[in-house]
Amino acid sequence: MLDWWLPENVSTYGRDIDWLFHLIYWITGITAILVFAVMLAFLVMYRDRPGRRARYTHGNTTLEIVWTVVPSLILVILTFLSAPAWSRIKMQAPPASDFVLDVTAKQFNWQVTYPGGDGKFGTPDDKTLLDEMHVPVNKVVHVKLKSQDVIHSFFVPQFRMKQDAVPGREITQWFEASKPGKYELPCAELCGFGHSGMKGWIYVHTADDYKKWAAENLTAEAAPAAPAAEEKKAEEPKKDAATAATTGGKAKR
Amino acid sequence: MSAPTATAHAHTAHDHHHELGFVRTYIFSTDHKMIARQFLFMGLAMLILGGLLALVVRWQLAWPETAVPGMSVFLPDTGGILEPSTYNMAFTMHATIMIFFVIMPILAGAFGNFLIPLMIGARDMAFPLLNMLSFWVTAVAGVIMLSGFFVEGGHAAAGWTSYAPLASVPQYTGVNWGQNLWCISLFTMGIGSMMGSINYITTIINMRAPGMSLFRMPLVIWSLFITAILLLLALPILTSGVAMLLFDRTLGTSWFHPSGGGEPLLWQHLFWYFGHPEVYILILPAMGIASEILPVFARKPIFGYHAMAFSMIAIAFLSWIVYGHHMFVSGMNPSLGMAFMVSTMIIAVPSAIKTFNWLGTLWGGRLQFKVPMLWALGFVSMFVIGGLSGIFMASTPVDIYIQDTYFIVAHIHYVVFGGSIMAAFGGVYYWFPKMFGKLMNPALGHLHFWGTLVFFNMTFFPMHIIGVGGQMRRIYNPMQYEFLQHQQHWNVFMTYGAILLGFAQLLFAINLIWSLAAGRKAPMNPWNATTLEWSAPSPPPHLNWGPTLPTVYRGPYEYSDPEAADDFLPQAQAPARAGARPRGAH
Repeated sequence: MLDWWLPENVSTYGRDIDWLFHLIYWITGITAILVFAVMLAFLVMYRDRPGRRARYTHGNTTLEIVWTVVPSLILVILTFLSAPAWSRIKMQAPPASDFVLDVTAKQFNWQVTYPGGDGKFGTPDDKTLLDEMHVPVNKVVHVKLKSQDVIHSFFVPQFRMKQDAVPGREITQWFEASKPGKYELPCAELCGFGHSGMKGWIYVHTADDYKKWAAENLTAEAAPAAPAAEEKKAEEPKKDAATAATTGGKAKR
Repeated sequence: MSAPTATAHAHTAHDHHHELGFVRTYIFSTDHKMIARQFLFMGLAMLILGGLLALVVRWQLAWPETAVPGMSVFLPDTGGILEPSTYNMAFTMHATIMIFFVIMPILAGAFGNFLIPLMIGARDMAFPLLNMLSFWVTAVAGVIMLSGFFVEGGHAAAGWTSYAPLASVPQYTGVNWGQNLWCISLFTMGIGSMMGSINYITTIINMRAPGMSLFRMPLVIWSLFITAILLLLALPILTSGVAMLLFDRTLGTSWFHPSGGGEPLLWQHLFWYFGHPEVYILILPAMGIASEILPVFARKPIFGYHAMAFSMIAIAFLSWIVYGHHMFVSGMNPSLGMAFMVSTMIIAVPSAIKTFNWLGTLWGGRLQFKVPMLWALGFVSMFVIGGLSGIFMASTPVDIYIQDTYFIVAHIHYVVFGGSIMAAFGGVYYWFPKMFGKLMNPALGHLHFWGTLVFFNMTFFPMHIIGVGGQMRRIYNPMQYEFLQHQQHWNVFMTYGAILLGFAQLLFAINLIWSLAAGRKAPMNPWNATTLEWSAPSPPPHLNWGPTLPTVYRGPYEYSDPEAADDFLPQAQAPARAGARPRGAH
């Protein structure tokens, strides 16, 4: 029943997380039902009735060993099953990608910066959007997560993605969205009176749509600031989108 | 010594006892039983405040930005509508008060003080004066905490976890003295708790009655012993942490602020290194209480006494190496996440062992569904749900999604309300006759239990569902998020549950006050229980027993021994026949 309530998953590693969620859901669900069934049976069978005396026993070593070893084994197996997904999502270097965004959280906004045509941050052709992120579908996106004041948490429910943004640190995260659409990006860590409602939108475009969006929004407006970088910039997103379109974004992994 | 002689002696002792004045008897008392009552009433009074704050939070979540009934008195500017900053204050103070000023004073303070001397056969605590100080320091901490509601800028609003730098820089919340007083109060409370824990440990090690070996101690004493050790070791970490937080806020230090070379995650490491043992501080005495009540009303020895004691010891050790599971997505090195996942999975095992042994205690018993038994069974059931839901968070990949959602809120409430508070109610119903010498009304007790069980689940079970749906904790208005709007009806449903849960507690208040004033006089041993406190009069006089302390002949759970005439053999009852085989001796 609980698992019906998971929002739709639209990221590659979200499948691993959902699989583990369902596994634990069934293990704990069945355990709970068994425990409650046994308990209810005992409550009915052994209710106080006249003329019956309770069984005089102090325990049973075999049983103790069984109910220590069996849960231990289940939990150890669960640990081993959980480890690869954790390793892939958080521990290993993210899959290589040339699509890098800088996200700096502040009270109470997400500032999403595109590196512009030169592919470098901190140059005049950078383009910063407020509470809005546009990415192509089937493309590994690196997010360099920072905060300029308190701790925030970058949470995309449909991507099964969450990472705190910590002031003084830059934490690189990644995702690969598998379905175009518009997804909410709430802050999941209490960050002050405006915490509730601190949210952005992530627009996942098809390769062509992204190309169009990038051409309209990442190039045109930045023109007066850095005319020299303009040519490269105009090409760069195109190349990006083209790669994504022809290979499904998987070529570079 | 047989039980009737003990009573006779006690009466003599009482007659000869020098009468103390009102102040020394009821206010600045050094008697462990009076201090226990003081902790109990302090905890129950704070429970009212903590509960009302919870209702305010629930109202806002169900019907966002509408006037909360009755709140216009406190919030005249908005006509009773909560602003986001007020909302943050409400949930911060709900958790702070419930954890530090309700559950800790009741479970560790009241039951610890009342039960330790009475159940190990001591006349009082090892350091009665320190014991008195412990209560009054905690009471001062409570007053400091309450005073925060009246300062400009409002009370602390950075969550009970007070993560830095949100809590360490006043501008980030706009709260100034509220957060400072929060720090000072918890610092003070830490000192009070240290006094109490040293006292508990010393008393249990040194002052057990003849024959009361460690493995003849009732399990609740084991649980309080282990809790005291955890308190002694864990609370100083919080105490130093809040001092550092206060210095960052007021003296310009930079422990937690990167611009001055500090590290925000240092706070989380300190807080959770305290915080996870703290979780077990809140649940271990509850496990102990359940382990006392179940054998009495199953008329059967506890199943696996040694397994029960050793699993608590295992929990105490493991509780120090699991704290990182609160920080899987905090930015802590993810390799550590792997290590903490392993330890967290392992700590579920001793809890499982305890649950199976409680079931084993029911097996073949002669179950009497009296009020304390219902609460103990309620505790076991709710703890099973709370324990199992913890496994979701232990698995690091699942925690990425679950962290900071209502699933966590459901989990903690199943453990701390369904667990600790339910066991505390069970403990009050069970020991009330001994504590106050009066019987409580069983009919009201049954109603209170069923009301609490049903409305508790109505309030907290759907939190699993909306948590899985993605609803974040600590948000002011779920309707601000499109992906949460479809499940808003659950928020309304839960709030109705919470209101009814609140009303159910009135039954307890009525029962408590009515029984204190007009309850029937309690006999010495109303439940036919075996442990030592039932061999003292109800209520026990100053110094608990007469000139002779009880001698312990057997383990604490000798029920339905086929060789005994009665279905219970009190610990202090001398073997009937010379050369009779001692049973249950460990």
